[in-house]
Amino acid sequence: MEEFTQILLLFISTVLINNFILVRFLGICPFLGVSKQVETAFSMGLATTFVMTLTAAATWLINTFILEAFNLPFLQYVSFIIVIASLVQFVEMFIKKTSPVLYKALGIFLPLITTNCAIMGLALLIPLNGYSFIASVVFGFGAGVGFTLAIVLMAGLREKLEFGDVPEVLKGVPVTLIIAGIMAMAFMGFSGLISM
Amino acid sequence: MSLDFKQVVSDFKNGLWAENPIIRLVIGMCPTLAVTNTTENGLAMGLATSFVLIMSEIVISLIKKLIPANVRIPSYILIIATFVTFVDYFLKAFFPGIAASLSIFIPLIVVNCLILGRQEAFASKHSTPRAIADGIGMGIGFTWVLVLLGAIREFFGMGSIFGFTLLGDWYRPMVIMVLPAGAFITLGILVGVMNYISREGK
Repeated sequence: MEEFTQILLLFISTVLINNFILVRFLGICPFLGVSKQVETAFSMGLATTFVMTLTAAATWLINTFILEAFNLPFLQYVSFIIVIASLVQFVEMFIKKTSPVLYKALGIFLPLITTNCAIMGLALLIPLNGYSFIASVVFGFGAGVGFTLAIVLMAGLREKLEFGDVPEVLKGVPVTLIIAGIMAMAFMGFSGLISM
Repeated sequence: MSLDFKQVVSDFKNGLWAENPIIRLVIGMCPTLAVTNTTENGLAMGLATSFVLIMSEIVISLIKKLIPANVRIPSYILIIATFVTFVDYFLKAFFPGIAASLSIFIPLIVVNCLILGRQEAFASKHSTPRAIADGIGMGIGFTWVLVLLGAIREFFGMGSIFGFTLLGDWYRPMVIMVLPAGAFITLGILVGVMNYISREGK
C-alpha cells in the first residue's frame, strides 16, 4: 500500500508540479510548433505519451542490465538516442500496420518525436533519479500526460487568440511565449500540493 | 577548389542576425529557456553548443559524400552524440560547478534541433570552409542571445551580472525572473523587441 501511494504521488507530481514543458523546459519545440489547433495538439500529445512510456521502460532496462552491468556509462547518450530513434521507427511501422486511421492522424508528428528533447530528457532523468522499473514507467507515462495537458491547453488558448487584437510585432512566437509564461505562473500554484 | 571569400563572410554573418537561430528560426528553445537563469550558465551553454555545432559541421561536411542518403539522420545524430559526450566529460573534469548547474541540458545538446537542423540544411550541402563559417556564425548568434537573456534575468532576478552584485541592498529581487515563468516572458518580450528593431531597420 505504501508503495502504491508513492507511485501515485510520483504520477501527480510529474504531471502537475514538475510539468515537463512548463517547469523543466523539455519539449518546447513541439509545444511552440504544433499548438495551433487543439485536435493536432492532442494527437501529438498522444503519440508522445506512447513513445515516452515505452522509452522509459526500454532505457531503464538498457541502463540497468547493459550500461551499468558492464560499466559503460560513457555510451549512455549514444545508446539512448539510438534506442529512441529505433523505438519511434518501430512504433511508426507498428501503427501503420495495425491502425491506418491512427497512423494518418499522427502521421507527420511521429518521426519528429525522435528529436523531441522531452524524450531524451526523460531517458536521462531516470538514472539520475534512481527510479525502480515500475516508477520509471509511471514517470514516463506521467511525463507524457503532463506534456499533453500543457500542449492542449496552449492550443486552446491560441485558437481563441486568433480573434484577439495582438500587436503586430508580438504575433506568432512572442505572444505564445508570453502566454506560456503566464501558464507557468499558474502551474506554480501546484507546487505546494505534495511534498516529496 | 576556389574559395569565394565573400561567400564565407556572408555565411558567417548570416547566423548573427538575419537567420539568428533563436530570434529568427526559433530553434533550440529548450536550453535557451532552461539554463539562462544566470549569465554564466547562458555563456557556458552557448559555448558548449557552439563547439558541438562547429565540430559536427566540420566532420559532416568532410564525409557528406560517404553517408548514404537513407541513413543520414541517424549518422548525423551519432556524430553529434560523440562530440556531446566529449564536451560533457570535459566540463565534468574541469568545470564541475558549471556541469552541475547545467545538469541534463549538456547531454540534451544531442537533440538540440539547431545542431541537427544545420547539418541537414547546411553542412550536408556545402564545402568545409563554408560549413565552418556557418557553424561559427550560428554558434555566436546562439551564444549572444543566451548571454543577453541570462544577463536580463540575472539582473532583475538577483540584482547581479556574472555573479557580481550591481544593485545594493535596497533592491528587492524579482524572484519570478529566475523561475520558469520569467524565462518564457523575458524571451517573448525579447523576440518582440527584435522583431520591432528589424522592422524599423527596413
